Amino acid sequence: MLPDTSEREVVGADDGQARAIAQSRAARRRRLAGINVVRVLLVVAVLGSWELAATHWIDPFYYSKPSAIWGRLVDWFTTGTSQGSIWTQIAVTLEEALIGFALGSVGGVVLGIVLGRSRFLSDVCAPFIKAANAIPRIILASLFVIWFGLGMSSKVATAFVLVFFAVFFNAFQGAREVDRNLVNNARILGASRMQVLTTIVVPSATSWILASLHSAFGFAIIGAVVGEYSGADKGLGLLINHAQGTFDSAGIYAGMIIITVIALLAEWLLTLLERRLLRWRPPASSLEAQI
Amino acid sequence: MPTQATPDGPAIELRGATKRFRSSSGGVHTAIRDLDLTVKSGEFVAVVGPTGCGKSTTLSLVSGLEPASEGQALVHGRPVVGIPEGVGYMFQNDAVLPWRSVLDNVATGPRYRGLTKRAAREKARDWVERVGLGGFESYYPHQLSGGMRKRVALAQTLVGEPSILLMDEPFSALDVQTRSLMQDELLRLWSGTGTARGAAVVFVTHDLEEAVVLGDRVVVMTAGPATVKASFDVPLERPRDAEEIRLTPEFLDIYREVWESLRGEVQITRERGAGNAA
Ligand SMILES: Nc1ncnc2c1ncn2[C@@H]1O[C@H](COP(=O)(O)OP(=O)(O)OP(=O)(O)O)[C@@H](O)[C@H]1O
Ligand SMILES: [Mg+2]
Repeated sequence: MLPDTSEREVVGADDGQARAIAQSRAARRRRLAGINVVRVLLVVAVLGSWELAATHWIDPFYYSKPSAIWGRLVDWFTTGTSQGSIWTQIAVTLEEALIGFALGSVGGVVLGIVLGRSRFLSDVCAPFIKAANAIPRIILASLFVIWFGLGMSSKVATAFVLVFFAVFFNAFQGAREVDRNLVNNARILGASRMQVLTTIVVPSATSWILASLHSAFGFAIIGAVVGEYSGADKGLGLLINHAQGTFDSAGIYAGMIIITVIALLAEWLLTLLERRLLRWRPPASSLEAQI
Repeated sequence: MPTQATPDGPAIELRGATKRFRSSSGGVHTAIRDLDLTVKSGEFVAVVGPTGCGKSTTLSLVSGLEPASEGQALVHGRPVVGIPEGVGYMFQNDAVLPWRSVLDNVATGPRYRGLTKRAAREKARDWVERVGLGGFESYYPHQLSGGMRKRVALAQTLVGEPSILLMDEPFSALDVQTRSLMQDELLRLWSGTGTARGAAVVFVTHDLEEAVVLGDRVVVMTAGPATVKASFDVPLERPRDAEEIRLTPEFLDIYREVWESLRGEVQITRERGAGNAA
């Protein structure tokens, strides 16, 4: 009765097909292995030549070298930093970033969707938002230290501002571009205004919002670190600031590496969340070929 | 089925309905002008007309999605303000929710109307079966063929047991075989023991054959701005078999008659198009 062309798995695939599938899998595995080998070689080459150059030709006082950075990392994690345990610094920065991220993305999503759905409000607010967005926001970090003091709130505020705008514009765009057809269909099916918002607008905007959350967490960490850099009593930014003060270039690199690892972990978590929330989307064809 | 204000009165009435749009160049574009149309309860009216003449606009007036600029739209004898109770509308373009499975798509309407998730799904499951999608409940729209998506949209609309069913070229994107299959199923669902029985249907189509196969009456619209040019009763017996009936002489007679009327309007539209292109 039904055309079963949409069956995703071919049931009872013949031998030829099975062989073709096995072959293409093997080819893919070989390709991936090749890529990974070259990657490792690249890293070894870069680090090795850096180490070599810093040992023989360039001044490691300015440029540091991989072994020194590694030593600093080990030192921080085993005996602690000049500001106390490294874990405390990481926890403090992470907490600031997370709070700023949460507040900023909730604020950005809510305001973005409200303005995206209301022509009047968005027309009223457009010039103010453009102006606010044009402010170099990093400078606000200094202002926030004056307003909120050296504690956590000034860093949260910096992270919030950076995250908010990144998320706001995407949520706004996402809410704007909702398919009119879907909204009309929902209205015909009996949806109230609120139901249209929650069941049509928000899910439509979700892919836009999630896309912005990826970069937004990076911004949250930048906000927290820059905030700490401008004045703080704890955190990774302070650590880096301190390393700079003592001309400890290995310390700066080490701080950078820790922040990068945190950002990558967060990125990975967000990707998992995205996969979960966007299950309904056709798998991007590039995913198969993705490296 | 929702109670009707005037049980014997017409289900749908358009009285001198006119709809104007502001065009992008700042002028005013009249999509339909002075249109009178009456559809009785339980009547299946097929509407044909040249492309762009204002067929979709006519449906949007009945559905309450757009207000008339002049004249009146009445549903069950009451002027249309907002979306009238008991109206189902299958849009020209796909309107299934891509982020919901087949079952949840069909359950959408009942959920909006306040049923619990469970009750809504129960109801939806029944309709998913009826449109022949049993076994595909958990599929997402992107995993379905175009014809299957149309079935989802059909179930989504029919689950609300509308007393008025507006359909805007619902099958035009389908291949010929699937289309006649869907036509048969629509007729079965509409006239059969289903709850859609007795719904007044306005079925817009480009396909004159489809119009004659399905309709009790075929309404021909003029080239835009649309008004009703002529209305033809289709004297074919029900139940009809969409495949078989096309070959009967009665079918060909009425087809020819309607085409005589429609041809002029299509000609006008074509010449306008050529004029625009020149
Ligand atoms: N929202 C709108 N704003 C401006 N013009 C519109 C709008 N909706 C429709 N029109 C215009 O009204 C006219 C009729 O449109 P409509 O969609 O009703 O045609 P149609 O008969 O359904 O055409 P088709 O058979 O191609 O679907 C067209 O010229 C179209 O450009
Ligand atoms: Mg149309």
